Amino acid sequence: MKPLEYHAPGALDDAVRLSAEAGASPLAGGTDLIVQHRMGRVEVAHMVDLKKIPELNVLEFDKKSGLRLGAAVPCAALAECEPIGRLYPSLLEGAELIGSTQIQSRASVGGNLCNGSPAADTICALIVLDAVCVIQGANGSREVAAKDFMTGPGETALNKGELLVEIRVPPPAPLSGNGYLRFIPRNEMDIAVVCVAAHLVFDKDRETCLDAKIAVGAAAPTPLLVEQAGRALIGSKLDEPALKAAAQAASKAVRPIDDARGTAEYRRHMAGVLTRRAVGMAVNRFKESG
Amino acid sequence: MEKQTPGGRPYKVIGTRPIRHDGEDKVTGRAQSGADISFRDQLYGKVLRSPHPHARIVSIDASKALAMPGVEAVITGAELPQPHDRMFLSGEGGVENFRYVNDRVLASGKALFEGHPIAAVAAKDIWTAEEAVKAIEVTYEVLPAVTDVLKAMQPDAPLLHEEITTETLGEKKKESTNVCRHTQHKRGDVDQGFSAADVVIEREFTTSTVHQGYIEPHNATALYRSDGQITIWTSTQAPFWVRRDVAELLELPLSTIKVVPLEIGGGFGGKIAVYLEPLAVLLSKKTGKPVKLVMNRQEVFLATGPASSTATRIKIGVKKDGTITAAAAHLVYEAGAFPSNWAVMGSMCVLAPYKMETLLIDAFDVLTNTPKVMAYRAPSSPQAIFGVESVLDEIALELGMDPLELRMKNAVEEGDRRADGPKFPRIGLKETIQAAMDSEHYKSPAPSGPNQSRAVAVGFWFNAGLQSSATVGINMDGTASVVTGSVDIGGSRASMAMMAAEALGLKAEEVRPSVADTDAIGHTDVTGGSRTTFATGMAVYEACQDVLGQLKKRVATLWELPEEEIEFDGSAFQHADNGKDPMTVKELGAKLTATGGPVMGHSSVAPTGVGASFGVHIADVEVDPETGKVTVLRYTVVQDVGQAIHPSYVEGQMQGGAVQGIGWALNEEYVRNDEGKMMNPSFLDYRVPTMLDVPSIETILVEVPNPGHPYGVRGVGETPIVPPLGTLHNAIARAVGVRMRSLPMSPPKLSAALQAKGLEAIAAPTP
Repeated sequence: MKPLEYHAPGALDDAVRLSAEAGASPLAGGTDLIVQHRMGRVEVAHMVDLKKIPELNVLEFDKKSGLRLGAAVPCAALAECEPIGRLYPSLLEGAELIGSTQIQSRASVGGNLCNGSPAADTICALIVLDAVCVIQGANGSREVAAKDFMTGPGETALNKGELLVEIRVPPPAPLSGNGYLRFIPRNEMDIAVVCVAAHLVFDKDRETCLDAKIAVGAAAPTPLLVEQAGRALIGSKLDEPALKAAAQAASKAVRPIDDARGTAEYRRHMAGVLTRRAVGMAVNRFKESG
Repeated sequence: MEKQTPGGRPYKVIGTRPIRHDGEDKVTGRAQSGADISFRDQLYGKVLRSPHPHARIVSIDASKALAMPGVEAVITGAELPQPHDRMFLSGEGGVENFRYVNDRVLASGKALFEGHPIAAVAAKDIWTAEEAVKAIEVTYEVLPAVTDVLKAMQPDAPLLHEEITTETLGEKKKESTNVCRHTQHKRGDVDQGFSAADVVIEREFTTSTVHQGYIEPHNATALYRSDGQITIWTSTQAPFWVRRDVAELLELPLSTIKVVPLEIGGGFGGKIAVYLEPLAVLLSKKTGKPVKLVMNRQEVFLATGPASSTATRIKIGVKKDGTITAAAAHLVYEAGAFPSNWAVMGSMCVLAPYKMETLLIDAFDVLTNTPKVMAYRAPSSPQAIFGVESVLDEIALELGMDPLELRMKNAVEEGDRRADGPKFPRIGLKETIQAAMDSEHYKSPAPSGPNQSRAVAVGFWFNAGLQSSATVGINMDGTASVVTGSVDIGGSRASMAMMAAEALGLKAEEVRPSVADTDAIGHTDVTGGSRTTFATGMAVYEACQDVLGQLKKRVATLWELPEEEIEFDGSAFQHADNGKDPMTVKELGAKLTATGGPVMGHSSVAPTGVGASFGVHIADVEVDPETGKVTVLRYTVVQDVGQAIHPSYVEGQMQGGAVQGIGWALNEEYVRNDEGKMMNPSFLDYRVPTMLDVPSIETILVEVPNPGHPYGVRGVGETPIVPPLGTLHNAIARAVGVRMRSLPMSPPKLSAALQAKGLEAIAAPTP
């Protein structure tokens, strides 16, 4: 390991400037970056710590505009923010699956996204919840939909010198429910073999599905919003044929690989299994919400 | 079952649960482990490892590394003394050749596995050492690699060692091969045995390479002084063997080397062999400074000894009443990159729990381009017995017989012979099966939900004796100190103190146990083979008898009576005619100075009365048929533990062994790519069970005292890893009707098997 310089700017502009340097890498919780650096998978000459920048530590909810989640807010803080568990349970579920309790005190949702892993635990929820990523660069800010944020394994929509500042999640529709689950062979301390988030909006009859979004992770180079799976559910009362069609659409849409965590064939199968189960979770959430 | 001292008195200390003497230091993190040791002028070492599983080393150029500021030395295989043939006793009783230890520690000529050490550097800090390793230029001629045991046996397989031919039944064959040894055991006419059977079942099984998974990575720090005296600080199960191995490899007299064993963060058999110690010594010799090397987790996975992958074939024939008439076992074991004896060990275990008139066992040790296999808790027994227990489960179903009844009918007892010859002394398999039958778990209704079931399996381990030394000193206040050469892995300090307390009539807290370095105690073999409480405990017992003999003389002096009239009754010295008030060891402490000075006892033993241990495990499982994930609902370990000295640590061994076995059965495996490289060398992707993956493991201690030990001790640590493989396999089979016969039974594999069977069949399991 080569020596590196550590920077901890207090202003967003300084952070953007420092991050543009050669060999610079932004640091939030560091739970991915420091491990990768120590293992020699990335070489970092400048670590730019973002935890002291106010804009990246925002955590607030407004009934009209929804949730603002600063990119450096640790996952553990999400559980403390009351409306998140109630309105965005899929997001909280993802955040609470990242590492152990100790890790969650450091790891951030922003970092989870910027690491660019197709198996990231928070991205699928953000995709189905229509979240938007707010990005700051030297030439100003721009917005990218969560579904477009990851562009390949370890790759994101961020250009060199750009920082993810916050994630904005609109308030979910009144008659709706959402849920996230992943499959791991163990019950803790693992990375998703496949993961799925579902977000369902219901008609006034509380049975007919008006809108549905299904996102599948760890089964393609990037997390996927599987529109066909959503379409299979829309207009249905989530009966067996609709669920089967959604599961099949998810299995068909994925482009998995064989690796140490699972085979492509198994991931394809599991995309369908988890789609059904995530839809079930979303339905239960809706019913529980009264 | 008698539970008393050799003198016929009930135990006072043995069987109680005092707080362990080393507990606070370990709980607070104050205990000094190997990597905690540091010196003012210390250098840090790093090993350059082969990225290829099989390659010829064409050249090594370290000039750029040596030119880096802060780099003080680089060593390669060329700097080790020339390898020579010399046989030695390695972990768990196998015999090995030092020629291959030399080659394993630093490659010469060929890299034989991914992670094989090629060179090592010493530098001013670890970061410089890491960069220096990258600067060493090695030219490799990459060779085809073979990591699968059955492929490695093929005539056209890539050869690891040109000079190796098969040693079969004591004879060496001519042609070079990867099959380094063929072992056979025969009893009677097995064909006749099978034709006398009413039911014969033959099945094939495979298991994957698994690692011991100890938390603490290997480490070694060495100082080679200018006067030629060497000290090595390390975490090892066998400090005296580290001294022997380093002396042998570097051609040094034993007396120049002192090994200081520091606290060890798990071993399970994997911390017996030397890896870093010889490198640290060589680097220190070159630099004149202490050199410290610590592996990272990836190095531990790639380059330290895992347990063999196996391919086995088991055939068992039984009469309608369940009596076994014959059994045949064909065992193929991964040796790793250097000759091993693991199939030999498997052949000794595979049929050990059962009586039979005829048997045939063929076992093959096969070289592969993988790290050399080392001992892992009851080494070789789990893989061999896995197949036997699965076939017996099928037989029980076929006969409509309770699976424990079937085992009971065939269980070995005192006087029966193992396949490899030795007669069992007093053993407790039948008592253990009976205890399992009588257990609340087994008597309770089996789980009856969808895809749920219950099953059992048996396990066996010989346990070892070997050699141990101990001293016991009486302090001037009558308390005692116990010093042994056995590294404390599983609570042995507490056991040693308790046995000494029992012998001397003291409380456990009045005895202070410690572990000495190789200069401070007589030769003591490995902490392994479940031998420590047995053999080192016997040395402690004998040292206490030595102390009591000396103290009796002091009492005789004080009482002005002949020695013969004085007895020690376990609590105090008594006069035969009750003419004197009893005198305890505690009371004698203050009188030592006046009666001739301090008293210390010592003993060195090489006991032969080793007691084997058998276990029966019961598991309730549920399978998620969609995901293939198995949940262990309830798990009970029943085991003959001889006399439990400290029952909590016996239970801990049983629980720990079961958890490791559950990991082996369900998820643990070396995942390799087409080039033979390991894809999951981290605790993230090599999936040992977490505490959320197992239920609270229930334990039932069956205490059949070992007549070969004054306190009835049997080794207990290894047997409990054996049954889980078969237990979970059988439970899954009974739950969903699919016999995997291949480990691990991981979700992708189990899910694929269930899909192949068809989901409709799952509803009505027919195992």
